[in-house]
Amino acid sequence: MNPSDRRYSKDHEWALIVGNEVIVGITDFAQEQLGDIVYVDLPEVGSNLDQSSKLGEVESVKAVSDIFSPIGGEVIEVNQAVIDSPELVNQDPSGSGWLVKLAPTDASSEFNSLLTSEEYDELIENEGH
Amino acid sequence: MVPFAGFEMPVQYTSILEESNAVRTTGGLFDVSHMGRIYLSGPDATPFCDWIQTNKIGNLKIGRARYSLVCNENGGIIDDTVTYRLDTDRYLLVANAGNRQAIRDWLDRWQNEKFPNLTIDDVTTKTVMIAVQGPQAASVMDELCPETPSNLKFFGSGEGNISDYKVFFGRTGYTGEDGFEVILEAEKGPALWDQLTAKGMSSCGLGARDVLRLEAALPLHGSDIDLTTNPLEAGLGRFVKLDKDFVGVELLRKQHETGTERKLVGLLPVGRSIPRHDHLIKNNETPVGKITSGGYSPTLDRNIALGYVSQDFAAVDQHLNIDIRGRLTDAVVTTLPFYTRKKKE
Repeated sequence: MNPSDRRYSKDHEWALIVGNEVIVGITDFAQEQLGDIVYVDLPEVGSNLDQSSKLGEVESVKAVSDIFSPIGGEVIEVNQAVIDSPELVNQDPSGSGWLVKLAPTDASSEFNSLLTSEEYDELIENEGH
Repeated sequence: MVPFAGFEMPVQYTSILEESNAVRTTGGLFDVSHMGRIYLSGPDATPFCDWIQTNKIGNLKIGRARYSLVCNENGGIIDDTVTYRLDTDRYLLVANAGNRQAIRDWLDRWQNEKFPNLTIDDVTTKTVMIAVQGPQAASVMDELCPETPSNLKFFGSGEGNISDYKVFFGRTGYTGEDGFEVILEAEKGPALWDQLTAKGMSSCGLGARDVLRLEAALPLHGSDIDLTTNPLEAGLGRFVKLDKDFVGVELLRKQHETGTERKLVGLLPVGRSIPRHDHLIKNNETPVGKITSGGYSPTLDRNIALGYVSQDFAAVDQHLNIDIRGRLTDAVVTTLPFYTRKKKE
């Protein structure tokens, strides 16, 4: 079960509103599909991202995958811990394995366009989880 | 599970990195039943094996095996194989899963054209093959099999009994570790798998197999070698005997005299982005080659890659760039293999 405190994109990213910020990461399903993650490439602090634009790359032993920003905003922090220890994304994708924090452009409408945890659970169910 | 050459194969059981590490430190198991296993027997078997393969088979002792390439008339590599000599006129040919049909067609062709006194018996689907690899593989096999497989030298083969079933084993593998490839009747496969895992051997999938073989710089057909590459440029010249006749020998003799234009080299890229198959290798923005395999090496804790580069840039310590999805990454040509196991004794 994916945490119900946040919303999800169809590309398997999550977005969690904390105060004025939005924390972004990839889902447990995504990390499991990727397998051992060995490299995380994240944008510079200060970059502006549109909703669904490329946020970075997560590379596993198996494959490299683009990560898309579930909502638009300015990058205000990147998680140095996952850059130094990419395996954190495998170990704790919904917690300490978060990727970036954004100052959202238009939090409410973009956030509401994302899937709820129930909708996301259903999506991955259909992808053969 | 992924479809692989007509078989459903696991990429990983737990984690590619954990499985790779198990093989390097204790031992792992690979179900390699998808690989082709074909018996060749009859009065023409020896000249046939020597005709279709680049390595010398006729002087192979009974109970020994040899790695070889199967080339077409242009010296292109149809497959790489291991040939076990079982008796004077009887061999077991182990071929890659993805090439089994191509090899079967090739065998049929030369049987028809040149070697009629030959029996070809493909037992791939009647048997299974399990690779036991790692520093503890030999002691674990000895515990299960009273015929003491550990007495074999590298590339030796033998037969024995485990519980109530017969096994054939060769001291070979595709990981750079000591180990065995064990062939047995298909129905007994799960029993052997369970017996080996009970002895602490970890189940390993295709992912770990690829990591380990790349660390050991063992070529993968379809990635590092194929019909468009020849054994000399792939650095496999020691498995090509130009003093005998075989399919493709004229071209390879010429190539040997003139030298090849390109060479398969090992590359150590800087940084954490992994070079992958088909990424361009560049020298000052100019393409000079292509990556054929690349990956993260858990044993070395760095990225490694193989690729063909023009001879002008193939010397060890040559600095090059790899174009990884539009970003140039520095890399240095290095000696192969990337990993060599420490030999005991």
